[in-house]
Amino acid sequence: MSVPAELHYTPEHEWVSVAGDAATIGITDYAASQLGDVVFVSLPAVGAAVTAGEPCGEVESVKSVSDLYSPVDGEVIETNPDLEDDPALVNSEPYGAWMFKVRLPAGGVLPADLLSPAEYEDLTKSAG
Amino acid sequence: MVPFAGWRMPLRYASETAEHHAVRRMAGLFDLSHMGEILVTGPEAGAALDYALISHLSVVAPGRAKYTMICAADGGVLDDLVVYRRGDEEFLVIANAANTGVVVRELTDRAAGFDAVVTDATDDYALIAIQGPEAAGILAPLCDLDISVMKYYAGASGSVAGRAAWVARTGYTGEDGFEVYCRPDDAEHVWTTLLTAGAPAGLIPAGLAARDTLRLEAGMPLYGNELGPDVTPFEANLGRVVKFDKPGDFVGRAALASRAAEGPRQVLIGLTVRSRRVPRHGYPVLLDGGVADGVVTSGAPSPTLGVPIAMAYVSTASAGELYVDIRGEAVPATVTELPFYRRRK
Repeated sequence: MSVPAELHYTPEHEWVSVAGDAATIGITDYAASQLGDVVFVSLPAVGAAVTAGEPCGEVESVKSVSDLYSPVDGEVIETNPDLEDDPALVNSEPYGAWMFKVRLPAGGVLPADLLSPAEYEDLTKSAG
Repeated sequence: MVPFAGWRMPLRYASETAEHHAVRRMAGLFDLSHMGEILVTGPEAGAALDYALISHLSVVAPGRAKYTMICAADGGVLDDLVVYRRGDEEFLVIANAANTGVVVRELTDRAAGFDAVVTDATDDYALIAIQGPEAAGILAPLCDLDISVMKYYAGASGSVAGRAAWVARTGYTGEDGFEVYCRPDDAEHVWTTLLTAGAPAGLIPAGLAARDTLRLEAGMPLYGNELGPDVTPFEANLGRVVKFDKPGDFVGRAALASRAAEGPRQVLIGLTVRSRRVPRHGYPVLLDGGVADGVVTSGAPSPTLGVPIAMAYVSTASAGELYVDIRGEAVPATVTELPFYRRRK
């Protein structure tokens, strides 16, 4: 199970990468393999305010539906149009198939409770 | 791997969508060793099953199979079953894993007045199913039976990959296919041999997730979803399975007869949802105006049709438009004749 070293993670199995004041968010390889084949991703609207730890979308797979949580506070500035036509990208390349981008508040810092790659890997191992 | 009725079962091997398509277009291999195998033997085995089950088993010819159910005295379904008649005095009853204990107990009780013996043989059998249009072609060279002439819902004793097996043309996918009941010690060899031989024809292993979407497209009920102790076969559109014209009493006869006379209290329908959101087990079904009228029993994105489909119990059969409450949103759904998918013969 791939856990890239350059990303931050949440206990809800999102990954976050930060460039400048923008955070890019997707779900992890572990999450995608647990969900199975993803058939539909419901994303927050561009312009919407999201709150760290709050659901802001849904990921539908063949067998289940899961809430998508925002790992950060901020404003949604972009969603991934490729997922509209090909939601299975989430399974084939979970770290390429980003879901939405959030502009962090001015002077914003990432929430302190994001997990390091090592911490996230431990979490997935203890979950079996 | 997921826990399932006391077994560790593969939900998927790789992609359940690819596994589903493989079964529709080529072939899939399923490990169904969790299913219960119950032997009913003896001079009155047929009569005992006539009393215990809702179908007329004593007239089934040796080598043929029947889809049937075991009901409680009140007509509620305790399990749906496939019964193979393997000889004049030998029947093999296949029960759902979660219900095997109940079925063994009920059959034992119900057979008490007959010259028949009920044996739980679940631990003596592994079950490997090969399903899909290529299944017969893959299995034939590995089987000493002439399966090309085997009829649907028939079975015979033979060998597969050199190992003794009961081979039947049955399944739960809506495709042609076979079920191979072999000794657990032989299962790995049979599995590996089939998988290797079938790979060039597109055979891949398929898990529980694909099995569920395949049977849903084929309009086949799943115990715990469409079937349960609170429904009779009539609600599930399976009234034809109840044989009132067989001689003698059977458990549930009186209750089922009155239910047949008064008509079903709810009806099982198919729904095609006009959304990419998926209706799932337990979601309310709404009439125009938002009044609750029933509940989704099974739902999934249909890999073959490309849209979400569902089965649901509603108060009355009505054509046209209904809604499914998908997590707070009333999503329009079209009543669709079952099955959603029927293979071309």
